[in-house]
Amino acid sequence: MSDLLQAAIASNLESLQFAGPELALTISILVIVTVDLVYSGEKRALMTGLTLAGLLWAVWSIVGLYGTEPRSLFAGMMALDDFGLFFKLLMAGTTLVVVVFGIQSTDIDEKLAEFYAVLLTIVLGGFLMASSTNLLMMYLTLELVSLPSFILAGYQRHVQRSNEAALKYVVYGGVSSGVMLYGFSLIYGLTGTLDLFEVSSRIAAQGGLDLTLFLAATMSMAGFGYKVACVPFHFWCPDVYEGAPTPVTAFLSVAPKAVGFAMLARFFYVGLSSYDGTLGTSLAGQWPELLAIVSACTMTLGNLTAIWQNNLKRLLAYSSIAHAGYMMMGVVMLSSAGLQGVMFYAAVYLFMNLGAFFVVLLVADRTGSEDIKDFAGLGWRSPFIAAVMTFFLASLTGLPPTAGFAGKLYLFSAVVEGGLWWLAVVGVLNSAVSLYYYWRIARTMYLEDPAVAEPLGIPAIATVTLAVLFAGTVVFGIYFGPLSDLTAQSTTLYAPVQAAAQAMLR
Amino acid sequence: MESKLLTYLIFLPMVGAVLIGIAGKGRDGVSRWLALTVSIGTFAMSVPLFTRFDETTAAMQFVHQVPWVETLGISYAVGIDGISVLLVLITTLLSVLAILSSWTSVTNRVREYMISMLLLETGILGVFCSLDLFLFYVFWEAMLIPMYLLIGVWGGERRIYAAIKFVLFTLAGSLLMLVAIIYLYFEHGGATGTYTFDLMVLHKYSVDADSQSLLFLAFFLSFAIKVPLFPLHTWLPDAHVEAPTAGSVILAGVLLKMGTYGILRFCLPLFPLATAQYTGMIMVLSVIGIVYGALVAMVQTDVKKLVAYSSVSHLGFIVLGIFAMNEQGMQGGILQMVNHGISTGALFLVVGMIYERRHTREISDFGGLAKVVPAFSAVFLITTLSSIGLPGLNGFVGEFLILLGAFQANLTLGVVATSGVVLAAVYMLWMFQRVVWGDVGEANSKLQDLSLREWLVIAPLLVLMVWIGVYSDTFTRRTEVSSRHLIQMVQTRQMAGAGKSMADLQLSETTIAGRTSTRSVGEQGK
Repeated sequence: MSDLLQAAIASNLESLQFAGPELALTISILVIVTVDLVYSGEKRALMTGLTLAGLLWAVWSIVGLYGTEPRSLFAGMMALDDFGLFFKLLMAGTTLVVVVFGIQSTDIDEKLAEFYAVLLTIVLGGFLMASSTNLLMMYLTLELVSLPSFILAGYQRHVQRSNEAALKYVVYGGVSSGVMLYGFSLIYGLTGTLDLFEVSSRIAAQGGLDLTLFLAATMSMAGFGYKVACVPFHFWCPDVYEGAPTPVTAFLSVAPKAVGFAMLARFFYVGLSSYDGTLGTSLAGQWPELLAIVSACTMTLGNLTAIWQNNLKRLLAYSSIAHAGYMMMGVVMLSSAGLQGVMFYAAVYLFMNLGAFFVVLLVADRTGSEDIKDFAGLGWRSPFIAAVMTFFLASLTGLPPTAGFAGKLYLFSAVVEGGLWWLAVVGVLNSAVSLYYYWRIARTMYLEDPAVAEPLGIPAIATVTLAVLFAGTVVFGIYFGPLSDLTAQSTTLYAPVQAAAQAMLR
Repeated sequence: MESKLLTYLIFLPMVGAVLIGIAGKGRDGVSRWLALTVSIGTFAMSVPLFTRFDETTAAMQFVHQVPWVETLGISYAVGIDGISVLLVLITTLLSVLAILSSWTSVTNRVREYMISMLLLETGILGVFCSLDLFLFYVFWEAMLIPMYLLIGVWGGERRIYAAIKFVLFTLAGSLLMLVAIIYLYFEHGGATGTYTFDLMVLHKYSVDADSQSLLFLAFFLSFAIKVPLFPLHTWLPDAHVEAPTAGSVILAGVLLKMGTYGILRFCLPLFPLATAQYTGMIMVLSVIGIVYGALVAMVQTDVKKLVAYSSVSHLGFIVLGIFAMNEQGMQGGILQMVNHGISTGALFLVVGMIYERRHTREISDFGGLAKVVPAFSAVFLITTLSSIGLPGLNGFVGEFLILLGAFQANLTLGVVATSGVVLAAVYMLWMFQRVVWGDVGEANSKLQDLSLREWLVIAPLLVLMVWIGVYSDTFTRRTEVSSRHLIQMVQTRQMAGAGKSMADLQLSETTIAGRTSTRSVGEQGK
């Protein structure tokens, strides 16, 4: 027993050197909380600076770890691989942008230290989510992301819809993670282990558990589905997105979703199928088919409902549901091409979706509402903002030459390569539907006359932020070779069997 | 022949658009002159393409190719051959005329208007010159946004409806084409080991016979919407009627040709077996379009709508010529693409001129224009006759070749299609009569005749009408080798495909025969 303990301690100590990003965040959170307690002067700049520094530190250590030999960390609780690091990078990048949004938003003004500490806690949870390889760890990290998210959604204590958002979020979160836990317990009962790798090897050895495992997978999907907001676990999404402060909404629509996909992919690829780094087959019944149906329903429902929205935050909420459906297509394929599609799409989604949210934030802060009517004539009031917004919308639609097109190209390629024709066609038709409501915004901006003719006063920092997001949307649409290479290299999920095989080869 | 000329040509208008964006703020005059200068410059650059064009080869010329996304086999590749050379020229010419024609008719948001026009030109030129499927798709879609804005911002009363209808129709078709492109990419990669979007490489590959049918339909649907082929034409009248004059000129003159060009460049050479399979259906649809478009045009009360429906009819002729699958039909189809650009472009310009004066396009509001504006009426007459296909003017040559081809391919369809020519004479001349002859109403009695600028706009087109009508050889000479090569390529492939299936059949017959004989031997052995 003591040997086991010693081994675990040794493993933990050894693992610490590979947990740089997580350590960076933990230290930053502690520093922020402490400084907030002891320092009583003007804190806004200081807190923002500390947060940005912590995030940059995390990014720096992620980049440093990139390309390291994949390995298991903390006695099998987590894995270090480029796949996880890629999503951590996305999460940290999103948060950096969102912090810059927060500085400029009128929604985020009180209790800044708490805001940043809570935000960084979510990021920490997200980092852990992206690399968890143990069912218990998966559950805990998911909760570590969810609980602070509730707080952020209800950050504006005096605003009624913010409170409502938080409560809805809590209720849905509680139920779905409970169902997921039940699914996990079924898996544990069937296989006698919580370790993902063990789960898959024991399923393979035992055989004949298809139906029960499929049930367990379906129940586990509740938790993942809630995190990435796919049908039928999406109900919280529009209300929360509408009620939460806009920077938080922007954050929620990208970061937790991305790591949610990372965890979802790891759970299904490593735990419930035999995935060899290029292709895989399911070990637990028809879950790819189930996910394909979920994907089709998610994008269709998201797009069809978005058409009727007049509140732009709500519209973007439904659109983000649809995008979760697109990304799900990649997971369904059980192939490295599919994973690459998900990763590529998640990366470009960061730029285009944050860009669209930022424009909504800027306009809403100045006009006082997020109604589509307030965008009337924006193209003539503030040509720059309207032009980049049009570009973000074109990218969300998937029109070339934008990053969104390149992203969809990879996803559809994976689906076509896998021969799942009907899903490709559903995806394509959905893109046509989405054009309608994205275009409605462009139409309002250019084809309707403004109520007021003065330009919106946009500070320089906002212009720079928009320009950066715009540049990302353009560059990854025209010159996406490097991002393509990076994602292609990062599709290998750590699995001990493969690692052993590779070690043998060397 | 390696040359960067095409690249400069394609992107010059885009550079011009950026310049206008910087320099034209609040200065409409600057925007107009810059746009005109840039479009004339683009046209001037396109002239060498015509004069230095080597008419003895079907190979791509003025090719410029650089790798783009190497991991996916995407390259930036442009080039032209006999099929596209005339289309490039008509695009650059009509762009100049369209910009000149909107000199006084567009007064609000001039800068943005000129930017849209130039970006549209870049998009269209890109479509006609791309030799890479990915690049082609990018240009094909990218051109949607400026056209949407042109209709939606500067259009008529129901502009928003027309603009969104235009975009939705086009996008629905092109997304299916995207799936087909990706499929083709994987099939070619799987069969040959080279994953590439390079059209010249893909042209050499025989697509699997079983998948041709669906792929053809996916590509064809997208192009047929653009053409538009009956019954996919409903977006066209709306778009035309609501678009500003210059928008209509570009739309009718060039954008519709992207559909027929796509058929020639992609559908026929890539999927010859499916082409053979669907030829009959497509020919019938195009003949229906010819007659239907003409009949609907006849009852229109709005001149612009009449011209729009006549386009449906004329484009039916072009598709008919292409699918007749013989040299006359193909040559006629290609020439008619240019002719239609000239004649219908000119008609829209003329209608725009009269609309600018009277702010109405109802036929009943006019009458007796010949007495008030004789020069205008003369121009209108020549344009009308050219559109009808009067011998000696451009329309005749194209239609004659097409009908010649159609008669060889299918006598009945040829006869029915000919009725379209007769109907065209009916609706065009009837409209002309009601507008130009008769008594002068009070509202029309003080109209100004053509200004110098308007002469400049229309004169090049009049010259071309006569030139092609009298000596079409200048143009057909350049398209001849390419169209002959295309037909040969399609027919060889069809024959090879048929031969292959014949061989399969024979093989299976011998196997069956072999099996029977073995069995009988065995039975005998018993």
